[in-house]
Amino acid sequence: MLTLLFDGLAYGMLLFVLSCGLAVTLGLMNFINLAHGAFAMAGGYVTVILTNRWGVPFLLTLPIAFIATAIAGVVLEKTLYARLYDKTALDQVLFSIGIVFMAVAGIDYVMGSQQQILNLPDFLRGRVTIFGVGIGVYRAFLILVCGALAVALQMVLARTRFGSRLRASVDDRRVARGVGIHVNTIFAVTFAVGSGLAGLGGALGAEILGLDPTFPLKFMVYFLIVVSVGGTSSMYGPLCASILLGVADVLGKYYVPSLGGFIIYIILVAVLVVRPQGLFARAN
Amino acid sequence: MQAPHSAIPALKQRVSDVMRRSARWSVLELAFWALALASWFLFPNQHLILTEIVGFAILALSIDLMLGYAGIVSLGQAAMYGVGAYASGLFSIHVTGEPLSGLVVGALSGAVVAFLTSFLLLRGGDLTRLMVTLGVAAVFAEIANQANWLTGGADGLQGISIDPLFGIFDFDIYGHTGYAYSLAVLFVLFLLARLIVSSPFGYSLKAIRDNPLRASAVGVPVNARLVAVYTLAGAYAGIAGALFAQTQQFISLDALSFQKSADGLMILVIGGTGYLYGGIIGALVYELIQDGLSSLTPQYWQFWLGMLLVAFVLIGRDRPRQIVLSLSARLATIRGNLFRGRTSTRRAP
Repeated sequence: MLTLLFDGLAYGMLLFVLSCGLAVTLGLMNFINLAHGAFAMAGGYVTVILTNRWGVPFLLTLPIAFIATAIAGVVLEKTLYARLYDKTALDQVLFSIGIVFMAVAGIDYVMGSQQQILNLPDFLRGRVTIFGVGIGVYRAFLILVCGALAVALQMVLARTRFGSRLRASVDDRRVARGVGIHVNTIFAVTFAVGSGLAGLGGALGAEILGLDPTFPLKFMVYFLIVVSVGGTSSMYGPLCASILLGVADVLGKYYVPSLGGFIIYIILVAVLVVRPQGLFARAN
Repeated sequence: MQAPHSAIPALKQRVSDVMRRSARWSVLELAFWALALASWFLFPNQHLILTEIVGFAILALSIDLMLGYAGIVSLGQAAMYGVGAYASGLFSIHVTGEPLSGLVVGALSGAVVAFLTSFLLLRGGDLTRLMVTLGVAAVFAEIANQANWLTGGADGLQGISIDPLFGIFDFDIYGHTGYAYSLAVLFVLFLLARLIVSSPFGYSLKAIRDNPLRASAVGVPVNARLVAVYTLAGAYAGIAGALFAQTQQFISLDALSFQKSADGLMILVIGGTGYLYGGIIGALVYELIQDGLSSLTPQYWQFWLGMLLVAFVLIGRDRPRQIVLSLSARLATIRGNLFRGRTSTRRAP
């Protein structure tokens, strides 16, 4: 039971890192970016290629995956996304579905459609038992890294000058410009960090979630669920939602396998019926 | 300022005049349906593909009623489509293979699903609607996947056999009957949709789409209208699903997938929203693109489709509608000049 809880926690943490970038773009910047999973997949492929083909140490590939996807993010933001901030929800949905199709077919073309296997270093494999709880080393590693990221993100958002500028730009772009905030730069940096985090999440998750060209479509629903269940007032919302969903998913698939696949959707619909703005929403 | 009492009947007269005029058939529309009818004779070897196009067109028509006229954004039309397909498929296996009653079953089941889930749409903005509809479709896909004994699960539903239409016309492997049948269904559904959108009900939907707050201020029961049009769209999607089940005689889980919802939305947007022909034109263009691209790059045609979609959004997705509207207006002017010796500024609905 505790082992399952632990697995669920690790899964939830992973979901958080994968989705927190989306929480920023979708939640804060109000851009419906269904292509978020494509950035995650890009990060996953960067890590797989670096470790498996070029023998770069796994831990070193993580920051590279972050930076590579962040660069991809900023390029796309400057060239395409920035034009769509003011368009309707439908336009943004269609645009990002288009990006997903391109990413899926593109990766298929370059890397082939087979599942990619990530070779973890030895010290991250195996299990240890502490007080009768079986703990996967890699899962413990995930919890540590993702927990640290969650805290750091919330700090940046709530305590730093950049964070308050971002929040100001989101709430009222015109006024923010008027008081001398470089809104476009702030948005570009934020989008880059969001994509970078997705890439990092993809790199961390390749082992557990699997990695093949259908990744963006397969997990899109999960990211969106995390963000819409969690609300977007702070990073705590998506964090709580990720952990709730991760634990519920793992426990559900173990105890009631026939219901397993539904649980996450049932939570989604139930939360949105009761609280359309998400669990931890800003009052509107 | 209040209008004097004597002005009200005159105003009513003017409103009903405008509505009647906008409901009139234009030359372009008549030509369109003549062409559709002619396609049965012109392309006898393409009936299977044409049937597929008609199926897509009905799905897109359903989305247009909901999105183009009432402004409801949804990523879950596959729920109604798939449920309609499975319901009519199961009906033909277990009850009777009579095609028309199968369509009714599809329509009813689609409408029931839409009606029951429509209440989820009434709260929250566009984003919440996208998420809820996506979630609902995913739940149905999972149900169909789990209920192996009923739906055949991942193997799909097999053994659907359809009786001859009216007891006379057999569904042949070339799809001749299937295409004529589908085209007739599309035409009937289109007529009905056309009546609905040019009725006062349809105008109240457009008012809601343009500004829900203002619509409710002038006395439109916004929530009731949204439930009604969503249910109607559900029935249309259910019929599209049933038609698919009957002409293909096989249903797989694809019918409930996200891909199906996205396809429907994409087709509609390619053709343009809010003028009913968008779905049909979109379905035709989509099929041609898919056909052309997949013969060029069999495996990666989706890449180009994605690129097209991105370009489309960046250029502006109202363009196709504007082209059709201006063409229609120009034709109407020509006809006006020919027959009445004066110009008319009428537009297509």
